[in-house]
Amino acid sequence: MQRIGDAPRIRRLLIGLALALAALFLLLPLVAIFAQAFAEGLAMFWANLSDEYTLAAIGLTLFVTLLTIPVNLVFGVFLAWLVTRFSFPGRRLLQTLIDIPFAVSPVVAGLVYLLLYGRNGWIGGWLDGHDIQLMFAWPGIVLVTIFVTCPFVARELIPLMQAQGSREEEAAVTLGASGWTLFRRVTLPNIKWALLYGVILTNARAVGEFGAVSVVSGSIRGETNTLPLHVELLYQDYNTVGAFTAAALLALIALLTLVAKAGLEWRAARRETAA
Amino acid sequence: MSIRLKNIAKTFGRNTALAPLDLAIGDGELVGLLGPSGSGKTTLLRIIAGLEQPNRKPAGSIHFGDRDVTHVHVRDRRIGFVFQHYALFRHMSVFDNIAFGLTAMPRRTRPSSGEIRARVHRLLEMVQLEEFAQRYPAQLSGGQQQRVSLARALALQPDVLLLDEPFGALDAKVRQDLRRWLRHLHDELNFTSVFVTHDQEEALELSDRVVVMSNGRIEQIDEPDRLYRNPANRFVFEFLGDVNRLEGEVRDGELTCGTARLAVDLDEGREELLMRPHELRLIEAPTEHAHLPVCVTAVSPVGAEVRVELEADWLAEPWLATVRHADFERLAIRRGQRLFVEPRRWRRFADDRVRQPTGRTVASS
Repeated sequence: MQRIGDAPRIRRLLIGLALALAALFLLLPLVAIFAQAFAEGLAMFWANLSDEYTLAAIGLTLFVTLLTIPVNLVFGVFLAWLVTRFSFPGRRLLQTLIDIPFAVSPVVAGLVYLLLYGRNGWIGGWLDGHDIQLMFAWPGIVLVTIFVTCPFVARELIPLMQAQGSREEEAAVTLGASGWTLFRRVTLPNIKWALLYGVILTNARAVGEFGAVSVVSGSIRGETNTLPLHVELLYQDYNTVGAFTAAALLALIALLTLVAKAGLEWRAARRETAA
Repeated sequence: MSIRLKNIAKTFGRNTALAPLDLAIGDGELVGLLGPSGSGKTTLLRIIAGLEQPNRKPAGSIHFGDRDVTHVHVRDRRIGFVFQHYALFRHMSVFDNIAFGLTAMPRRTRPSSGEIRARVHRLLEMVQLEEFAQRYPAQLSGGQQQRVSLARALALQPDVLLLDEPFGALDAKVRQDLRRWLRHLHDELNFTSVFVTHDQEEALELSDRVVVMSNGRIEQIDEPDRLYRNPANRFVFEFLGDVNRLEGEVRDGELTCGTARLAVDLDEGREELLMRPHELRLIEAPTEHAHLPVCVTAVSPVGAEVRVELEADWLAEPWLATVRHADFERLAIRRGQRLFVEPRRWRRFADDRVRQPTGRTVASS
């Protein structure tokens, strides 16, 4: 009696097919990005990279990411804590609402923000009266990036905190711990890896977000142009090498994220076998 | 430190977890809250701890000694709480777990780190875990973890020690040891403690007094032996051990049920009599008072007594009798054998809806 997949020929065929597909759809494009970026040599790559507008785009992307991560870190922990440690009417609804940024197309998210905060928008009009401009400026980019990435941390924490339960926290309170001590010494150490994982995912998405940002940014070179938007601009300027240089930079960040993520998963797996 | 609860009630949504109840626990007493799951015993314990808030209406009160703690937060109640599944801090060593309460104190009142170390070592010695100070909870057995959790709860020298099914998750042998050890510790340190259990044996063995609960009510509060001998009502009687039932019609001083007859001194009408397994005597021929023919369906000779399962066409559910090994051998009891039962004593609880002690013990003549 042979199990399904035991036949060596079928097994080899399936493995070969999977590898071929992965190479064709995942690896080849990645290689192509770097090949294109270095197509005209290392000197040209450097020249493209140190272009004034490219540097500005890199700077803006990092700036937006650095603002987004702490906001969503705090927000995500707060939300996960609320949903897993308290029971209140609307808790289920709140848990569903967290997923809206995942469910909605980023472009729609961008448009909604434009509608609300644009000069003719409901809130934007009032802000405009006070000389505050959110859309087509960096605050708008930060706002939509926060919106798009806000579920990551909470989504990582909620299942973990649900599984861990609140017994350890209750124990800490009976031992006289204040709220902050409780969080710092009991809750945080138990969730830190999941938290870091959520931050890595948030970071990856914040760096690479295109759709929502492109709606609210206005793509002003050197001012409101993020790295993903810059790739598109360069490409439309027929500067293929420049476009791929910026793209290679994004791909590199993505690869680093993957490595960090794999490292954390490996660590978690090892901790589990140790326990 | 004594504990006094007055008019404490709790509802979760539409479910009543606790009907308004009063409870007084004396200074230095070890009290067991005993009941089936859903009886409200854990809720009551958590309310004493402050982990759960009683209903605002009707307004109840909780006193520790003269101190009104009704509105005092858990962290300021000065209680020690031992959780069913230990709830140790998994990322801290045994030492840090026990020291937690001391190191979490505000800087002004916190003892010096040297003193903390000395106190933790005294506690480790007390729970006989000195050599495990640097281990992590996952590296300890269940019994060891529970001892750590006890040491942790006692580190702040609480006024009151509360234990939620402390031995529920442990195997029988360890449970027995820990029970004896806790009793010992309690007699030595003389704190007031309340523990929750669904195990009758544990409650009766460990407690000074037992509080029997069902459906959010207190059924009876008594010392273990009095509780067993004089159950206040049918629930308590049934919960504390195996029960055999005999239901039938009483006429002319005799209860009949199919072919079974038993002389009783009761008024005419329908009656239900309850008997413990050790109150049944197995005999080879009926007596003039008792004609209860049964058939042996199972025999288990393990332990101090032999457990014999009995069936008969007049019985709705099988009876269980426990007999001494001497009688077992004399009667040569085996499966399929036909015997007669003579109850040494029986009880009846007149009307269970009246929550007064109505139990009457009558020796069979």
